[in-house]
Parts: sequence; C-alpha cells; structure tokens
Amino acid sequence: MKKIEAIIRPEKLNEVKAALERENHFSMSVMEIRGRGKQKGAMLTWRGTEYLMEMVPKVKIEMVVRDESAEKVVEIIRRSAYTGKIGDGKVFVLPIEEAVRVRTGERGEDAL
Amino acid sequence: MDRGSKMGQNELDGGRRERPNAAIRCLEHSILKCPGRENDDGYELSLKRFIPVVLLLLTLVTLTLIPDVMAGDPSGAKTLEENSRAPVDYVWVLMSGFLVMFMQPGFAMLEAGFSRAKNVTNVLMKNLMDFSAGSLVFFAVGYAIMTGTPAFFLTGDAYDVDTVLNWFFMMVFCATAATIVSGAIAERPKFSMYLIYSVVICAVIYPIYGHWVWGGGWLSSSSFMIDLGGGYGALDFAGSGVVHALGGFVALAACMLLGPRIGRYDSGGKPIPIPGHNISLAALGAFILWFGWMGFNPGSTLSAHELRISIIAANTTLSAAAGAMASMSITWTKFGKPDIVMTINGAIAGLVAITAPCAWVAPWAAVLIGIVAGFVVCYGYWFLERNGMDDVVGAVPVHGFNGIWGLIALGLFADGTYGNSAVEGPLVTGLLYGNPGFFACQLISAAVISIWAFGTGYLLFYTLKRTVGIRVSPEEELMGLDISEHGIVTYPDFVYTEPARPARVIRMSEAPSSDEDENGNEPGTEGD
Repeated sequence: MKKIEAIIRPEKLNEVKAALERENHFSMSVMEIRGRGKQKGAMLTWRGTEYLMEMVPKVKIEMVVRDESAEKVVEIIRRSAYTGKIGDGKVFVLPIEEAVRVRTGERGEDAL
Repeated sequence: MDRGSKMGQNELDGGRRERPNAAIRCLEHSILKCPGRENDDGYELSLKRFIPVVLLLLTLVTLTLIPDVMAGDPSGAKTLEENSRAPVDYVWVLMSGFLVMFMQPGFAMLEAGFSRAKNVTNVLMKNLMDFSAGSLVFFAVGYAIMTGTPAFFLTGDAYDVDTVLNWFFMMVFCATAATIVSGAIAERPKFSMYLIYSVVICAVIYPIYGHWVWGGGWLSSSSFMIDLGGGYGALDFAGSGVVHALGGFVALAACMLLGPRIGRYDSGGKPIPIPGHNISLAALGAFILWFGWMGFNPGSTLSAHELRISIIAANTTLSAAAGAMASMSITWTKFGKPDIVMTINGAIAGLVAITAPCAWVAPWAAVLIGIVAGFVVCYGYWFLERNGMDDVVGAVPVHGFNGIWGLIALGLFADGTYGNSAVEGPLVTGLLYGNPGFFACQLISAAVISIWAFGTGYLLFYTLKRTVGIRVSPEEELMGLDISEHGIVTYPDFVYTEPARPARVIRMSEAPSSDEDENGNEPGTEGD
C-alpha cells in the first residue's frame, strides 16, 4: 500500500476530486493547510503597501491506495491540478505498513 | 488609600514587569482561569474594588443636592398643546437619533475588521463601553456644559420632554466623537485608561467646543463672529468639526503618545502593513456607518418641517459615493489594483466632509467635496504613516483631516439657498458666492477645533501616560489584548459544546496529571 500526499491549489480541489472519481478513486482525506515553497510565500497588498504572506493557503489530499494504483493516482492528480504557474503544489508517495477498518477489523488492502 | 499612594510608584513599575509573566502563565495553564494574576495585581485590584462604590456615592450625593423643581414639562402635555406640529418633529429627531446610535455598531465592526483576531474582543469592549460610559457622563455633566444650562443629571427644569429630546440627540453625537479615537489606537492601549479617556472626552473636551458652536458660544454667537460672517458666525451643520475633527485630533494626540504597534515599522523605519483579520466585517461596518449618517445629517435639522432634509440626504450619499470613487481611483492608478481598505476609508471620509456643509450646498458641490475628501484621506493616511503614526483604521485622516476640510468646504460652497436651520434669512453664503467673511469664520473655527482637540487630547493622554500608563506591556501586546486584558478569545479554535469527559476529570486536568481517574479507568467510560 502507498500513501499519496498531494498539496494542491485550493481552487483545484473540485477538479482533482472529479478526475479521481472518474477513475474510481473515492476515498480521501482533505485538509486546509498553509505552507510555502522556494518562493517564501506570496506578495499581497494592504492600503497599497505590499507585504509578504509567508504561508499561502493550500489544500492537502491524503489517500492510501494499492501499490499498483499509486503511479496512476499521482498522474491523475498531476494532470488535474496543473496550471503551469508557480504554486501548483507537490505530490509525495509514502509506503504504508498496515491498514485496519474500524467497523469490521479487516486488515491490509482489504481495509482500503 | 494611604497604602496605595505610598506604594504607588514602585508597584506601578514592578507591576508592569510582573504582569506579562502572569499573563503568559495564564496562557500556558488555561485561558479561562488566570492563576497568579490576582496576586500580581493585588494592589491594583484593591483600589479598583472601590471605584464603583465611590462613583455610586458621588452620584447619590449630587442627586440629593439638586432640588427637583417641576418647572419643565415631563409629561409632554403642555408641549403638545402649545405646538400641534411637535409629534412629527419628535419622531423625526428620535428616529434620526436611533440611526446615529446605530453608527456605534458600524464603528465597532469597522474597527474589529481592521484589527487582528487576537484583539477583537478588546476593540468591541472599547466600543461598547465608550458609548455606555459616555452617555452616562453626558447625562451627568456633559449636556449642562454644552448648553450652558444647569441641566446636570437632567433634573429640575431639564426634566422636560423638549430638553430630554435635545439631550438624547446630542448624546448620540457625543458618543460618536468618543468612539472615533478607539479605532486609531486599537490593538495596544490599556483598557482601564480608555475608560478614563471616555469619561473625560464626554464630560469636558466635547461639550466645551460643542458649546462654542452649537450651544450659543463665541464661535457661533459672539458679535465679532456674527459681524464677520454677515449675520451668522461659524457654522457646522451636523458636526464635521464638533464631532469628527474633535475625535480625529484627539486620536492624533493619542497615536503620537502611544507609538506604533510592535512590528508596524522595520528597523529602518519603513512601514510594514499589519492586515486586519476580516474585511467582511469592515465593509459591513462601513455600510452601517453610511446608513447611520442618514440620521446624523438630515436629523440635524431637529425638525421634520424643514423640507431641506431631502437635499441633505442626497448630499450625504453623493459625497460618500464620490469619496469612495476617488479613493478607489487613487489606489487603482497608483498600485494597479483597487484597494478596499482605502476605498472604505474614502466613503467615510466623504461622509465626514459633507457633515458640516450638507444643508447649505448644492448636490454638485457635495460630489466635489467628496472627491477632495477621497484625496485628503489617502494622502493624509500615507503622510501620517511615513511619519511614524500608526493609525489602525485611519481615523485621523478620515475624521480629523476631513472634519477640517468639511468646515472649510462649507465656507467655500454655501450657495445662499438656506438659512441657519431655517428657511428665513440671513441665508448662508460662502466664498464662491461672494461672502469671504463667512469663509474667514470657518477658517477660525477650523483652527480653533484642531488646536483645542489636539491640545486637550495631548494633555489628557500625557497625564494618563504619566499616571496609570496608556499602553500594555510588549508581552501582553504580542499575546493579544483579548487574553491579556479580558481573559477571553474572540474566536475559540476548539471548544467542547458538551462535556466529553466527566466534569470532575476536567477540573483535575488543570493539575499536571494523567488522563486517567483514580480507578485507572479511561476517561469517559464511567458514564457509558
């Protein structure tokens, strides 16, 4: 099993969700996060004066998928979250040791 | 008291060093209970405990000294008999007064929106209390000073429907002046000091200048000013000077003595913006203020029989709209994007500037006055900002500078179509219509209000700075005034809406202990 952690633009969430759904990937956790990359944030203005918003609002999607689906899911997210501008986000893939479904006690890939 | 005066100096200095520690501990332990705070502030609390008692006693003693002669008309029967046109005027003045009162939430929302989330409770508390303290003080002494009558506590002759109507309308204006300062000095003043300020401005600073212009004082009624103006002295229809310039210049003095918020300027003195936490609230506040101004200006005819009210209402809105347009255009051309913060300030600047001239100028002049107001507020704000003045909501340029501009604009644009709150002459005429004398009257009034408000404001805040202190400690400021001054948070991140664990365990968890109770059970299992 692999965990996909995708940090994307908040406004792209619906598009990414729909694209995953079309390929039958429904389970996910979504959280609103703030963060920054190499650019150290983004510039905004207040009363005309610019100031640095160091931590930019982003959305993080977390999904745990079967090993063989991981590459495909990453590709779906990459394609649907893409704008080509700075701030499109990143996708991380992590190994998962175990999964347990609380209701039935199923283990491993059956619990996904 | 003896103990207090002897220990005062040491305790005040020591207290300021101690308090932040107590407040930080309070954050670490629990936000709601402040262990250690009572001990550290023991001296202050012991004095504070007596304040309400002393106030109550003073009030009672004063009240018994005043004979309750029923020379007025407390029932209103006589007034109605003498003037059958009174009811519609009463309704007009009261409805307008209610609208002016509704400007208080406008100010509160505007200031709350432009402040950071950690200071919102403090901002709201200041707005709530300057109105409450201010109206009581204006009832006790302010109104008597303003009108030059012995109407203290509205007793004796003042216990009369006409007088009290007048008092109510004047009181909401007085409270407006008081609340202007709150926004300029948001996010760093001591709350206790702000209460004292509210009392002083409503008891003395506002009523004295108000008397000079609206109470038959020298600016409006001395023979010198009346000769100069050509039948009338300095005028201020609804209070560009009396209310707004007064509040604005007191705010300037307070800003200077308080200093900027921590982090407002970098080490080289370059201003760094501190964005407010909620533009929706700020915009709502601006709209409420705009709406409330429909009582502020037209209501100041004090009579529904003055049909000039339609023109006053139109002028009021036109000037605000022009002010917003001007500010938006300035920020758009200067920075490439229209800035809502400055645009909000621009709309209110237009309202402030039209407040004095609204009854005496034509609608086209109201538009011009608003456009100039938009420029005054933008460049006024940036000028102050460059000079180290941290005015959180822009109260000084909005109310102070544009209050002055309103007085001058009246001297320029008054077109001789309306008299001094009357259709009969002498009709009020400004410089552009051939009356330089009246323009001079307005310049004198503008000079007097800026000197009076800034001078008394500076004296007041300087005295407070030297005695009770006007600013919280840096630690308290960084933590936010909500917690350090009020022990509450405006937006709790995470609250239980029902007890998730037995209350006994929650109480115990204040002490450093495990989540398990004495039987070794998991918390929460007991009641299942």
